[in-house]
Amino acid sequence: MSTATQPSGPAAPPVDLVNVQVNGQWLKFPKGTRMIEALRQASVEVPHYCYHPKLSSPGNCRMCLVETGMPARPAPGQTEVEKDEHGFAKIMWSPRAAIACANTISEGIGIRTESTLVQECRKGVMEFLLINHPLDCPICDQAGECGLQEFSVEHGRGTSRFEENKVKKPKHKQIGPRITLDDERCIMCSRCIRFTSEIADDPVLGFTERGSYTVLTTHPDKELANNYSLNTVDICPVGALTSSDFRFSMRVWFLKDTKTVCTGCARGCNMEIGSRSNVIHRQTPRENNAVNSAWMCDQGRLDFHFVNSEARLTQPTLRENGIHRAATWQDALAKAATALQAAQPSQIAIIASGRMTNEELFLTKRLADNLGVTHLDIVPRTGEADNYLVHADKNPNTAGARLILGIDPGSQLQTIKDKIERGEITTVIALQENLLKKAGFSETQLGKLQTLIHAHVLANSSAAAASVVFPLATYAEKRGTMINATGRLQRLNNAVEPVGEARSGWEFLRDLTLAVTGQNGLYSIEDVFKTLAAAVPAFTGLNLGKIGDLGLPLLETTETIPVLEREKDRKAKGIIVG
Amino acid sequence: MAYTVPRPKLSLLERTYFPTLIGGLKITLGHFIRFVQGKGKVTMSYPEEKWDASLPEHYRGAPTLVTDEHERERCVACQLCEFICPPRAITIVPEQIPAADKFAKVEKRPKAFEIDMIRCIYCGMCEEVCPEQAIFLRKDYAITGTTRAEMVHDKTRLYELGGIREGLVNKWNPLK
Repeated sequence: MSTATQPSGPAAPPVDLVNVQVNGQWLKFPKGTRMIEALRQASVEVPHYCYHPKLSSPGNCRMCLVETGMPARPAPGQTEVEKDEHGFAKIMWSPRAAIACANTISEGIGIRTESTLVQECRKGVMEFLLINHPLDCPICDQAGECGLQEFSVEHGRGTSRFEENKVKKPKHKQIGPRITLDDERCIMCSRCIRFTSEIADDPVLGFTERGSYTVLTTHPDKELANNYSLNTVDICPVGALTSSDFRFSMRVWFLKDTKTVCTGCARGCNMEIGSRSNVIHRQTPRENNAVNSAWMCDQGRLDFHFVNSEARLTQPTLRENGIHRAATWQDALAKAATALQAAQPSQIAIIASGRMTNEELFLTKRLADNLGVTHLDIVPRTGEADNYLVHADKNPNTAGARLILGIDPGSQLQTIKDKIERGEITTVIALQENLLKKAGFSETQLGKLQTLIHAHVLANSSAAAASVVFPLATYAEKRGTMINATGRLQRLNNAVEPVGEARSGWEFLRDLTLAVTGQNGLYSIEDVFKTLAAAVPAFTGLNLGKIGDLGLPLLETTETIPVLEREKDRKAKGIIVG
Repeated sequence: MAYTVPRPKLSLLERTYFPTLIGGLKITLGHFIRFVQGKGKVTMSYPEEKWDASLPEHYRGAPTLVTDEHERERCVACQLCEFICPPRAITIVPEQIPAADKFAKVEKRPKAFEIDMIRCIYCGMCEEVCPEQAIFLRKDYAITGTTRAEMVHDKTRLYELGGIREGLVNKWNPLK
């Protein structure tokens, strides 16, 4: 079982349930639920644009209109009200529709979502929304995931009755370094305005020239440049706000979505990688209310261009007489194994990385144990945290490294450097780390080594200094697990195939261990995880399947996530549904 | 479940095959007589002779791209043809039209547009799906090449074959 326990506080108070008639059927929902959420729980779809569970509900798009009715009350002189066959008071239907997003349910009310009145309302609202909407679906990036397209198929007319000219507004306007705005497409739902003011605390967006010419725009002196700006693109129900990076790169219906996590920092935001034919086109956040709510920082989501870049290592190389030449995996592994066998255990150091998965760290530990190596460390990588999602620890799996390697990150690095200076360490294995950068090794130190085995995803300066170089797969090309800053065990999935001859880190480490010690029996990532679960107590009883798409709490921490704390607060106040 | 096809019962004469054989020889003889009389020619000496002039209006030949009367590429790289193409013969790479371009207002165009004519089955679905009326099946049917690469029509070749198409895009034309 996992080491984390269920939060042991006072038991939650019993929830009051109220009876609500939904499309003729009596159902029970917790008191105070928004109508739209109650209907969602009853699997009744209500079309909507402005409503978003994580934002306040201004109720301005009018698309979620439903027919409602209150239970009848006795007339003067009457003691009993008329009852229906279920024993509930007869519902007095209101002649006017009400919005489902901002109204809550109460005892005995009725909601109809498919009546003639509702159908007429939706048709009317849809027609008004489409009056000035341009017909540029063929060039619009939102096409295929556009709310307007979806509901106009269901509730719109085939042709427009509007004979006047459509309103002209700014198109193709850069309102920030990463956002392109097309004002003609905007349906004034105000989700982006609410996001920037309520979640990102950077209220730069607003409507001006209200009326027929209402325009969404930024403050004249400012631009939408905060690190969470691309979330407005995700929540925009139409193609008004689009990502400048993804702009015209691929139609969304071609993209294969792979559920994985971001490896930019220790937060481990859940995300989806959209790829086609082994090319990553975009990364979007995936809702996980224990990690990142529905948001993600721009930095994390745009940090994928290196995966398909020219800087990738694509085949193993061996250095002979100062020149790297391409080699087969077999030759490179043999060379590395010979060098490791020739050295004394005390002469070897392994610099692992907090960017490696648990499985890779476990195999690193096993390799170190098999060789008898004690000089083992990872490179700590800290940066600035913000008050939202970005974590100060830039290594996505520091928690995993602490747990599996049993080390304190960075504690041994200086010792290793000193021993290299004194010639006591002659062989170094560097895993996914450029020793000349964050690790702080100097070229002279690397020059003193007899053998530097370097495994990385990108060609860099310490690859140039290495005697054997192995190309590894990036986060988007491999499977595995990581533990984030709050102790949650989450899965990485491969969206694209590794470039060239690059291999997953666990495959490389397995093969290197095999070449050095001749022990094996691991054929798949599942096997590695199984062995890991057997060896490390925290993982006992787990397998890759049990972790699920949203991860599992594995370690107890006292860390809180600023965005989630504020969300809880707003939910408790009833501002948002959450 | 097995289904037994009832075979016709043949008479003794029929089983000798002679009536059928004679029937066949009669046809051959008829052709021979017409040939001797100089009336029997039903084939054409392709490629010296071609039937291009008598191709029907709805003939579906090679798909091509067209420009409008201002020489603007009609294609906006919406990739619907790529999506609908049953043999997946079409590959499109979209791009943004640079701000300096005369047609920058159109915003999007294909950077690369390739139709693999080995794959193409001339079904005409690309023409039907195109919202901009940019792709048309022309009457070219003799698409040949000596290498596979030659059989892939790139953007230049497609516009060369397609030429200019004038007039309103009918899909958006209320007076159509």
